Amino acid sequence: MTEKRRIPIQLPVLARVEGEGTLELHVRDGAIEDLRLRIFEPPRMFEKLLEGRDYTEVPDMVARICGICPVAYQMSAVHAIENLFGVQPGPWVRDMRRVFYCGEWIQSHSLHIHMLAAPDFLGFASITEMARQHADEVRRGLRLQALGNEIIRLLGARSVHPVGARIGGFHHAPARAQVDALREKLQAALPEAEALVRWTAALNLPTEEQEFTVVSLRHPREYPMNEGRMVSNRGLDISADQFESRFVEHQEAHSTALHCLHDGKPYLVGPLARLNLNLDRLPAPVRDLADSLGVKFPSRNMYHSIVARALEIVVAIREAIRLLEAYAEPSETYISVTPRAGTGYGCTEAPRGLLWHRYDTDAAGVVIKARIVPPTSQNQARIEEDLRLSLHALGVRQGDAALRRRGEMVIRNYDPCISCATHFLDLRVRELTHA
Amino acid sequence: MTDKPKVAVHKFASCDGCQLAFLNMGEDILTLAQLVDIVHFVEMGPVNPDASVDIAFIEGSISTPEDAERILRIRANSRYLITVGACATSGGLQALRNFSDGKEWLAAIYAKPEYVQSLSTSTPIARHVKVDLELWGCPVTGSQVLAVVRALLFGVPPWYEKDKVCLECKRRQTVCVMVVKGIPCMGPVTRTGCGALCPSFGRDCYACYGPAENPNAESLARRLEGLGLIPEAVARRFLFINGAAPAFAEAGLKRRGNAHD
Repeated sequence: MTEKRRIPIQLPVLARVEGEGTLELHVRDGAIEDLRLRIFEPPRMFEKLLEGRDYTEVPDMVARICGICPVAYQMSAVHAIENLFGVQPGPWVRDMRRVFYCGEWIQSHSLHIHMLAAPDFLGFASITEMARQHADEVRRGLRLQALGNEIIRLLGARSVHPVGARIGGFHHAPARAQVDALREKLQAALPEAEALVRWTAALNLPTEEQEFTVVSLRHPREYPMNEGRMVSNRGLDISADQFESRFVEHQEAHSTALHCLHDGKPYLVGPLARLNLNLDRLPAPVRDLADSLGVKFPSRNMYHSIVARALEIVVAIREAIRLLEAYAEPSETYISVTPRAGTGYGCTEAPRGLLWHRYDTDAAGVVIKARIVPPTSQNQARIEEDLRLSLHALGVRQGDAALRRRGEMVIRNYDPCISCATHFLDLRVRELTHA
Repeated sequence: MTDKPKVAVHKFASCDGCQLAFLNMGEDILTLAQLVDIVHFVEMGPVNPDASVDIAFIEGSISTPEDAERILRIRANSRYLITVGACATSGGLQALRNFSDGKEWLAAIYAKPEYVQSLSTSTPIARHVKVDLELWGCPVTGSQVLAVVRALLFGVPPWYEKDKVCLECKRRQTVCVMVVKGIPCMGPVTRTGCGALCPSFGRDCYACYGPAENPNAESLARRLEGLGLIPEAVARRFLFINGAAPAFAEAGLKRRGNAHD
């Protein structure tokens, strides 16, 4: 006997899908035969928009792909174009880019933990509802989010679509006094962030474990952010220019988000993947903190993503403090570049995971072709795989409401950014057939 | 509780960045939630897309047939409808597709170009329904949206910026990047409200807040040519974040040479 059940997903879970995300289950003899996460978000065709634009315009354009992680888009873009032109901006720019990125990790992770994930685990419909019973925790979260934004503003003037980054470096160097004031705030926030880690680890999280491939950047010394090789727990070890040989995006008719597979299989990117692969790159105090928790890493429990996010907030705060302690105003905030024709690659760790860019330019530095693979399209196949396993474990005989609630929690672990995931589409998508 | 004004935040084709004007408010978001009843705001939690509201904030542009219908329903349910950001107000960066070599682009992308005409443009909300107030900016700021809510709670018409970025630079005593460094700045035609951030960082304004009141775009375009920009480079200055705003589209397309049909 075949029963088809279409289960509409509550919107908040897909965080920004606006009524266009549904979970479709095909059940036969009590087993899931087919499962599709249907996502319909209007594509914005960024890769096409970039064609014909000057390289100097790229950072301000790609920021607009995602308001929550504009820094990530700017960073992958500047690295790719500098790779293309064959320049390296030097230590000051390198350090400040890392500080800039720390700000975005803190902001994005805090927003996710407090506005999306924690209300879910604690059974509240929203952060404002949660604030009535967990006022201190909510206020702590909002403070951390604000602090992340303040770091972005230090180098970018504003936190959403910051204006400070350019090819070769930054437009502006903050004054020493400003840096010192922020560093003191970061120092004061460190115990709060550590308390947040313990709070997330004490949440009553499901214990289900799964087998999955994790992929992230890996750097010889640092916790990965702007630089490193792409590695996995299955022996992958490649540079950004080799990405296309091992990772292939394809289009599923049921979703406007592209699905990216690694050697033909689903894989995970993001905080849990990064942490699992880079435990030995954590600063010693963060490693000690991680080891003191009831939650053990590396972990195969996707629900531990929230703990990984909190730990990365601590990593980012410590890293920003370390780099800002050594701050000196530079004589030049950027290096000049000379455009040339060619292909450049850049890959950095967005809050949600690997963000890979490739640009082809002509000799004048005008973009001929752009290709961008955001984290959410990479996680897309893994999300569906996880849903299949989780809903099977829960039992498909459960009512739609129970299945929906579990489905929402599963999806939320990946912090999917639907705006990012759907901007890159070849437009022969399903939504056109019912236009 | 029940007599509090009801507010909704709706998303269309966008990057979510203007919703962060709310979500990045810090503790003010908790205060706001006490002053008004936020009945629909997916990213924050409440979901009730068809609720009748006093204020509907709209982020994003219209680029699908479904969205063109959805905005009609929202308009019917809303006392005041306010657009937030470049996408909702001018069509946004993605509206540059409106100026592409239409047929060629569509044919490259769509199997049936004639079938997807309705998707080939990204249009501002005001092209589809009556808009009571437009807040420009890519992104808008928390103070912009809070000022509107506060004014409407007081029952007075909201005040909003119409001046040019140049005036803000003068108020902040920021040295003019165009006069002093010869940098091709869009400040003379761009609406302020951002705080003139780019010139304060020593770089050009790139017009993310859209056209100011009475912008003299043609005059600035000639000035940019005087700085040595080739016509295509001048065109790109205008055809950017708010490229579909009429004043910018006109100045930009004139220099590109293939005027929009």
